Amino acid sequence: MAQMNMIQAINSAMDVMLERDPTVIVMGQDVGYFGGVFRCTDGLQRKYGEHRVIDAPIAEGGIIGSAIGIGVNGLRPVAEIQFADYIYPGFDQIASELARLRYRSGGDFFSPVTIRTPCGGGIRGGQTHSQSPEAIFTHVSGIVTVMPSNPYDAKGLLISAIESNDPVVFFEPKRIYNGPFDGDPDKPAVPWTTHPKGEVPEGYYSVPLGAAEVVEPGSDITIVTYGTIVHVAQSAARLAGVDAEVIDVRSLLPLDIDTLRRSVEKTGRCLVAHEATRFGGFGAELATTIQEECFWHLEAPIERVAGWDTPYPHAFEWQYFPGQKRVAAAIRKVMEAA
Amino acid sequence: MSNKSRLHIPQPSARPGEEPDFSYLPVSPAGAVDRPGISAKTRDIEHLAHEMVRVLDDDHQACGDWDPKLEPDDLQIALRTMVLTRTFDARMQRMQRQGKITFYVQSLGEEAVSVGQGMALKPKDMLFPSYRNQGLFILRGTGLVNMMCQCLSNTRDMCKGRQLPVMYHDKEGRIFSISGNLATQYPHAVGWAMASAIKGEDHVAAAWVGDGSTAEADFHHALTFAAVYQAPVILNVVNNQWAISTFQGFAGGERRPFAAKGLGLGIPGIRVDGNDLLAVYAVTQWAAERARRGGGPTLIELVTYRGGAHSTSDDPTRYRPSKEWQAFPLGDPLERLKGHMIREGHWSEDKQSQLEQEMKDKVDAAWQEAISFGTMSEGPFLDPQDMFEDVLEDMTDHLLLQQEEMLALKD
Ligand SMILES: Cc1ncc(C[n+]2csc(CCOP(=O)(O)OP(=O)(O)O)c2C)c(N)n1
Ligand SMILES: [Mg+2]
Repeated sequence: MAQMNMIQAINSAMDVMLERDPTVIVMGQDVGYFGGVFRCTDGLQRKYGEHRVIDAPIAEGGIIGSAIGIGVNGLRPVAEIQFADYIYPGFDQIASELARLRYRSGGDFFSPVTIRTPCGGGIRGGQTHSQSPEAIFTHVSGIVTVMPSNPYDAKGLLISAIESNDPVVFFEPKRIYNGPFDGDPDKPAVPWTTHPKGEVPEGYYSVPLGAAEVVEPGSDITIVTYGTIVHVAQSAARLAGVDAEVIDVRSLLPLDIDTLRRSVEKTGRCLVAHEATRFGGFGAELATTIQEECFWHLEAPIERVAGWDTPYPHAFEWQYFPGQKRVAAAIRKVMEAA
Repeated sequence: MSNKSRLHIPQPSARPGEEPDFSYLPVSPAGAVDRPGISAKTRDIEHLAHEMVRVLDDDHQACGDWDPKLEPDDLQIALRTMVLTRTFDARMQRMQRQGKITFYVQSLGEEAVSVGQGMALKPKDMLFPSYRNQGLFILRGTGLVNMMCQCLSNTRDMCKGRQLPVMYHDKEGRIFSISGNLATQYPHAVGWAMASAIKGEDHVAAAWVGDGSTAEADFHHALTFAAVYQAPVILNVVNNQWAISTFQGFAGGERRPFAAKGLGLGIPGIRVDGNDLLAVYAVTQWAAERARRGGGPTLIELVTYRGGAHSTSDDPTRYRPSKEWQAFPLGDPLERLKGHMIREGHWSEDKQSQLEQEMKDKVDAAWQEAISFGTMSEGPFLDPQDMFEDVLEDMTDHLLLQQEEMLALKD
């Protein structure tokens, strides 16, 4: 097995799929000759040519709209949106077209578009390079929504996304592109080579869409989370001195309700955490689902930790980010409740 | 032609390691393009979108109808502002490299765009800049200290720590808040201009986007609305040849100039030498006059070159020849204006060196003052609880609760 960071793993997923399936096409701003502003498509154009790894004009609506047409005509486009903060000009194409094509045509048409986009803060990117808009996409009905938390899953899930005939929006938490991040910005950066999920097969494999993973078993409390906060939650549980079961949701839609239910029935306590804003966020869906499924097993109210309900402020990145302290405080609150 | 369709992939004229080649870029001789009256019909002046308005020739002489005949004092203001912009940029670029600010965007090589266009507009005209128009702020007197404080996200930051460096605004100076989302300001400018017309005022709006950003739908929305309502707006495309790693052909500049993008809607287009301050001033003045007299919008393409990296996060040696700027046929806007002023006898190399030193001192002093209001690492700092302000006019209950939660966490 090879050691890969998340950028290399994502690159490898596209490489494997471009090789295996001649209908796979990669497109996006700066993805071709340059290899992407985060280098996720580095070397792919040289290897597969300009007709398969295509630079695009700066028009997200155009990228997604044309990807839909490319998909309808038998190819399998993987479109990059340079930052999730810039996906909105393409939102109409996603919500009104991509998400509904199969439904409105009685199942006759579909377009297997995968949209990759870096999300999340922690890189001093200010309010236009830090957003986590995943909940907007899960709300649409008809969009598979995925966010991996490590290189192994990133590659396996991206391969599943590309192979899927359904449209997938694939969020890449950019803070953990180069290494896991436990939420403490003052600690030296840690590379993925120190983490078991930095070991990634070089060839083809897949991680199924719709399957959560218990990343740390425990008995006191279930922490349901995804993306960067998976790592923050693990350290926060240690900080709080609690034996937490940490679940990485991985796939927000479809949601693996079974894994959540089994865990919460066992622990009786639950914390939901994500980096995105809280109000109307995906945490509300998780908390409600768990409440509906496990109410009679719960020993305490479910808590949520999330980004504050403001845009991501440049100067207050670490007061905004739901770091270890906030997650630990919420864990304690759930543990101390009757 | 072949018997199969073929996907065309635009190709830049040179990549790293190759000789720069600007043969794709048509350049008209200085003084060659006529200056029509401001009431000319679009169909009679379509050639302005294809040729290139130039005033300064290779010997720095001003030629032709478009010469705005600026007074020596105005030329000095232009030169001072351009030198100040470049000096400010160099300093801020260095501060980013030293970790004092998180990010920076230079306008190196494009200074004549903001300075020349800003000078040709009136103080009550409203400006909708992109992130590479710092010259507009410097010209309108936003103040170096205020700009630096924004970049530092410190206690005097006009954005209260909420924005990435360079995302300035100046309400009093009538410069709109810069967005990180490309081209969004274009329809805003059109709407502002529509309101100006509705109110019966004669203020015009001006907006700027890069060549790459013209691909965004907002650019096209703006053109449509400007044309339909004949809004008093000047729509500027700064064609600096590159949009991060993609050359201007990827935004549709391969077969027609950007200036021609409005012709189908009846919007006159002017392609201008963006490194020729006099030409930039003259075409902007023409468009502003036309707009003020009810003549509607004008699209101006300013042909220039992005002399530096896209931003401090970018490395252009990966995608373009390193000596490309030196080979750019329209030269350096500062050198050209300076050459002209020396030729006219209003300026000298000595005065230029003095000016450069004066501007360096000014920038140094501004930096010292700016950091006294705080840096990223040393106080005074903004109060984090202020991050909950301004989401809406009044703070909602759920934000108040979150603010309390954050304060409780601190101790
Ligand atoms: C909607 C949107 N999409 C993508 C980006 C990322 N991005 C920032 S600048 C840039 C290139 C812009 O090039 P151009 O319009 O030519 O302006 P220049 O930087 O050359 O001044 C890109 C793709 C963005 N900021 N906003
Ligand atoms: Mg450009």
